[in-house]
Amino acid sequence: MSQSSPSRRLDLPNVAGTEALAARVAELSRPGDAILLEGPLGAGKSTFARAFLRAASGDPSLEVPSPTYTLVQSYETRLGWVHHYDLWRVDNPSALIELGWDDARTSILLVEWPERLGQLRPQSALTIRLAHGEQESRQAELLGWPGRIAQIGMQKTP
Amino acid sequence: MTKPKIEPGDEVSGPILGIETSCDETAAAVLDANGLVLAEALLSQVGDHAPYGGVVPEIAARAHLAHLPSLVSGVMRQAGVAYAELAGVAATAGPGLIGGLIVGTGLAKGIALAHNLPYVAVNHLEAHALTARLPGLSAEPVQFPYLLLLVSGGHCQCVLVQAVARYRSLGGTLDDAVGEAFDKVGKLLGLPWPGGPALERLAASGNPERYPFPRPLLGRPGCNFSFSGLKTAVAQEVARHPPGSLSARAAADMAASFQRAVAEVLADRVAHAIEMAEGVRLVVAAGGVAANAAIRHELFAALHVRGLKLFAPPPRLCTDNALMVAWAGHERLRLGLSSALDFEPRPRWPLTSL
Repeated sequence: MSQSSPSRRLDLPNVAGTEALAARVAELSRPGDAILLEGPLGAGKSTFARAFLRAASGDPSLEVPSPTYTLVQSYETRLGWVHHYDLWRVDNPSALIELGWDDARTSILLVEWPERLGQLRPQSALTIRLAHGEQESRQAELLGWPGRIAQIGMQKTP
Repeated sequence: MTKPKIEPGDEVSGPILGIETSCDETAAAVLDANGLVLAEALLSQVGDHAPYGGVVPEIAARAHLAHLPSLVSGVMRQAGVAYAELAGVAATAGPGLIGGLIVGTGLAKGIALAHNLPYVAVNHLEAHALTARLPGLSAEPVQFPYLLLLVSGGHCQCVLVQAVARYRSLGGTLDDAVGEAFDKVGKLLGLPWPGGPALERLAASGNPERYPFPRPLLGRPGCNFSFSGLKTAVAQEVARHPPGSLSARAAADMAASFQRAVAEVLADRVAHAIEMAEGVRLVVAAGGVAANAAIRHELFAALHVRGLKLFAPPPRLCTDNALMVAWAGHERLRLGLSSALDFEPRPRWPLTSL
């Protein structure tokens, strides 16, 4: 991540706030984008990914199973293909090549535990760092997307 | 294309070879014409005695490719069966990691083609669902219909098993699978991968009543599951302790309290599922979490008071293996259900779309 990457912070008062952020990011996404979700267990990465995929597909009840074991799940959405990676189990970035990483780069990538990417981390990615707040609240720190970051988080979260 | 050697309603005419490569395990097995085990072999990165804290998952198709051919020829030799004597070849064709699926189905189709044998593309979930019917596992053969509680790292669902190839989904997880919650809580408590078995051992010395963790969806209508909130509650409890200061006592109590919460939720959800599956008197538990003794005990107790039976295959058959794939092949071939050789592996393949 270059030092000049723009960043902003958002307070997410509850789960609905995380979901609204995800829906907004989905609206702004296009093929070739990578959205990297960082944060400890329980910070809301999977909640974000589920809401993103539901917004992208226009299906509010879309089943989004965790890809922790399958490592990647792919969805055909209104935005084109979205590949949802969970790299929690992956220790070696070279394994990603066998998970179709190179081909997937032309689509939208949604990546949990992107710390495992190493050298493969896309420079142009939007990184979202989620952190626990009090009870249901979370903080989100967004980095990247120089042209679009200002358009995120303008809406009031419920 | 293959000519099915078996007509509907017939018994299977010979042994069946089964191949499993959908996730981390590379496995092969041979069952005889009656479904009795002739040979089996399984290679897993996730050994009980894994000497390293973090086990590298064997996600590379390359690894399956390196091991599978010798594993298959090994079980065939051990079984004393020639390829031409087989009644069919079965391989997991989904759901799972596409690379591994391609390796396993590719080899199976090659053998089927070379020896003019029926090929069966097996759904991994159906293989778990039918394992309980493997001959010799229980005193009375398990008959349809029954309720399947499939609880593993990748799956968490209640399914009404009406017949081979006939399944009705009653409910599933809204977020994490239960085995995933075990593994992630295990990691929070500093346990080695896979967290499930290690957590069960730690929980054995803990107080399950010390931490009042939430019971997500307990008592709610339907039989969906949710484990994300429970995982988060444990994470927040762990976070109260400065890094490195979690005592062995507290860790064991957290493990036991978490396991109790899971067991109570599973028992409650299954009780609801049974009400949705009219007339069903038997619950079959399968998947890696069904190997957990505390969970089995809680399920048994919850079903017993309702006059229902619980059957769970032995732990080694609850986790991924090739015997279940060979058996699913047996069940399908007996009904004349073989697959075309151009059947493509499916990374996502719900039981309800067979």
